Amino acid sequence: MARKKPRLATTSLAGCFGCHMSLLDIDDRILQVAELVDFDKSPIDDFKEFTGRCAIGLVEGGCCNEENVEVLRDFRKHCDILVSIGDCATMGGIPALRNMVPLQECLDEAYLNGPSVYNPSGKVPDDEEVPLMLDKVYPAHEVVKIDYHLPGCPPPADTLFAALVALLGNEPVELPYQLIKYD
Amino acid sequence: MSQTYTIHIDGVAIQALPGQKLIEAADAAGIYIPRLCHKRGLEPFGACRLCTVLVNGRPGTACTTPVADGMVVENDIESLREFRKQIIEMLFVEGNHFCMFCEMSGNCELQAMAYRFGITAPRYPYIWPHREIDASHPDILIDRNRCILCGRCVRASRDIDGKHVYDFVGRGAHKQIAVNAAARLADTNADVTDEALNVCPVGALLKKRTAFQVPIGRRLYDLKPIGSEIESDGSTRID
Repeated sequence: MARKKPRLATTSLAGCFGCHMSLLDIDDRILQVAELVDFDKSPIDDFKEFTGRCAIGLVEGGCCNEENVEVLRDFRKHCDILVSIGDCATMGGIPALRNMVPLQECLDEAYLNGPSVYNPSGKVPDDEEVPLMLDKVYPAHEVVKIDYHLPGCPPPADTLFAALVALLGNEPVELPYQLIKYD
Repeated sequence: MSQTYTIHIDGVAIQALPGQKLIEAADAAGIYIPRLCHKRGLEPFGACRLCTVLVNGRPGTACTTPVADGMVVENDIESLREFRKQIIEMLFVEGNHFCMFCEMSGNCELQAMAYRFGITAPRYPYIWPHREIDASHPDILIDRNRCILCGRCVRASRDIDGKHVYDFVGRGAHKQIAVNAAARLADTNADVTDEALNVCPVGALLKKRTAFQVPIGRRLYDLKPIGSEIESDGSTRID
């Protein structure tokens, strides 16, 4: 058995999983990543809970509800380095389009007044199993300390790979001009 | 040329002509001073403060400061780079800038400036202001979510188009672009051929039905930073 590898955790909060798709888009270099790390809590291996301390946590998506906040805080607690990936994590992204509209108006439009809504109960879902929505969608760094940001929608696969390799090699994350993009 | 001045920018001696603004002299010498509100051909405005340099040790905007013989200018220094980054980050949190679906992404000067400075996320909390859109005109869209109040459209409409379609109203955080009509852009004499539509650095003033025509990878700032066109094209340096 080789020496113990650092662990990598990933999550998608208020995101679309596009950033995780971009991570898979590193193609066969995923084998190099697998050489360098073991996956911990992540949709990639479907671990639901942390199994221990992680070297790196990748956070896709911002926080739109209390469950997102809880998961994000859990990531901060378990990860040495926490990285925001994608525009939703770094600036709120598409979910943050609701930030210019009061929450009650958003809920009313979605569940009561929208042109395609069929909701005979006339109620907004309020089951306690449904996480409470926040007043706004917050980028990750407005909730916990984030060490690095990799913007993009999604960040290019090359950006994610370059940053991962740098972080795992204890090198500074210095991305070339072409790898920092907001779209 | 009867008279030229010699000025020094970051230790480089360059020629300048009497009457030139500092930013023009720097451009001619291939020295890029970052700017957002300034655009060649428009009256200097001094709004964005991004081109602030140290002139003989004192801060001043390069777009409005006239050259003088023997001027010593500091431009690309750590303290000013940091100051400029902060301005760019403030512009991002003060508006609602959704680059991921913006028509101007890749050609946007604000975004390009953030790229040039290597900004990955702003340090300030987002404000998410409520801003109005004016889509009343058949060919032109105003999206104030993206407006950075550079005043380029104000100056271009007034000085080049001779129309004065746009101007500012309000103060401080309430300042915004307004149109020269009771309510809507459609009620002005704005036209799709106006030069004012070509000067917006962001996606706030757009021609309708012209978006997304250039593929990703071939847009203005996909491969080369903003300013590199000036840096590669200077000729008035004194060796």
